[in-house]
Amino acid sequence: MTDFLLRAVVAGLLLALVAGPLGCFIVWRRMAYFGDTLSHSALLGIALGLLLNLNMQLTVIFICCLVALLLVLMETRKSLATDTLLGILAHSSLAVGLVLLSFTKTQIDLQAYLFGDLLTVTNGELLWLLGGCALVMVVLLSNWNALLSFTVQPELAQVEGLNVARLRVLLMLIIAVVVAVAMKIVGVLLITSLLIIPAATARLFARSPEQMAFGASLSGCMAVAGGLTASWFWDTPTGPSIVVVAAVLFAVSALLKGRQ
Amino acid sequence: MDISTTTTVPADTATSANCIPQALLHLHAVDYHAGNRHILNKVNLHLQQGQILTLIGPNGAGKTTLVKIALGLLTPTSGTVNRSANLRIGYMPQKLQVETTLPLSVERFLQLAPRAVPADIAGALLEVGAAHVRHSRLQSLSGGEMQRVLLARALLGKPDLLVLDEPTQGVDLKGQADLYSLITRLRDSHNCGVLMVSHDLHLVMSATDEVICLNQHVCCHGHPEQVGNDPAYLELFGQAGARAMAVYTHHHYHEHTLAGEVVAEHVHDDSCQHEHAPHVLANPQLRGKDGQ
Repeated sequence: MTDFLLRAVVAGLLLALVAGPLGCFIVWRRMAYFGDTLSHSALLGIALGLLLNLNMQLTVIFICCLVALLLVLMETRKSLATDTLLGILAHSSLAVGLVLLSFTKTQIDLQAYLFGDLLTVTNGELLWLLGGCALVMVVLLSNWNALLSFTVQPELAQVEGLNVARLRVLLMLIIAVVVAVAMKIVGVLLITSLLIIPAATARLFARSPEQMAFGASLSGCMAVAGGLTASWFWDTPTGPSIVVVAAVLFAVSALLKGRQ
Repeated sequence: MDISTTTTVPADTATSANCIPQALLHLHAVDYHAGNRHILNKVNLHLQQGQILTLIGPNGAGKTTLVKIALGLLTPTSGTVNRSANLRIGYMPQKLQVETTLPLSVERFLQLAPRAVPADIAGALLEVGAAHVRHSRLQSLSGGEMQRVLLARALLGKPDLLVLDEPTQGVDLKGQADLYSLITRLRDSHNCGVLMVSHDLHLVMSATDEVICLNQHVCCHGHPEQVGNDPAYLELFGQAGARAMAVYTHHHYHEHTLAGEVVAEHVHDDSCQHEHAPHVLANPQLRGKDGQ
């Protein structure tokens, strides 16, 4: 009985740990809408995986990375009305995913994909999550200064010898990977919030980028712990509970900070 | 001479300061199109070690585009760009808008420069007169402090060439003059070339060796006095530019209307005897210099 709870705790904390620093970059670079678009397209991956009878996790990762590359193209061509196009891409991929899902013979728990179902995480899914998070963490840490410099001023970074085009693709791809492996935990509709809210909370107290990244991981972990506890005692849906706790943490921090 | 004798520096740059100045940057017949807009047209530019070259021109003249081509951030549609071998460039972008969500101190910002060590950071801040903001938040700096910090970041790479895109943006008039004299001092102490973009020839005057007046093509170029009196310059900048020039060099080679406007069509010769009274009336601040 405690097995599934242990898996849930490990999976949730793993994700929160990685979502912290990655979420900071999403906040710093104003990429929230990109994250949304990526997560919405994840459902398309699920539908395609089911229809074509492919490995579900791999299909989702593949589709997310494909959309990520598309987004990099859109990001570099600033002349287009990016937010409108992102809106179109996000919601149409979600809708296409839902329509395709209606053609599949297998009964799937749609709710689980939209809002997450942390408590039913299997050992296999946990391994995917572990692999994905480890990969993203290694990429983030080994490129930390470069990514930071690129975030502050891309042209300055390029003149100083950084490969800015590579960094842009790299950042979008690791967001895609996290979204793809996290879908089972908080669901496609709530992934972005787990990336952004803890980072916003940490921003209130941080005095350096590193402090903010660490604080985001910490407050993310607290949200996971709190959400799981609420879900355990009051039988609330796990994914939304985690986001609610994260939001409460942010609100309380903002109030405390405002008083000072 | 500041160029260190690392193995990457070619032999001819590692010689003493009194050698023949080395060509750092050479642009030949550079064209740049964006879509169907012709932004640069057959632009030539030559910059030597120890030389300060200023690009002036109205908004949309292609100054920033030309700078980006010189830096290698943009590739010209046609024409050639030659940089000397292993040229180290220190770049100061037009503006630095750091997201308020990114908590970044001046020190941490400077640490982002490749191979920056703490001693260099302290030295660079001291050199640009911004040692006091080392631990300040980047977003809390005044316009002048921010420009100095950006200069410090540019210096951290031990540059042979400083490229400064509107280095006095967002700085008050007194601060602008200070910044230009700082740039001249940096050129002297580092013996580097300087390519900068400016809006105001009158302030750059004393700080620059050569001026290129750009409006898609090179309208005129040469020493600042020369350019300030060039009909092409006067046509481009009109009243404001001419008045600005008058403040500093005050050569009345052109005629003014009562309102102080330049009559550019007017051809001058020795028989021209200008009455300066109306001019002085239109520009009261000139009265002291004019002495009429």
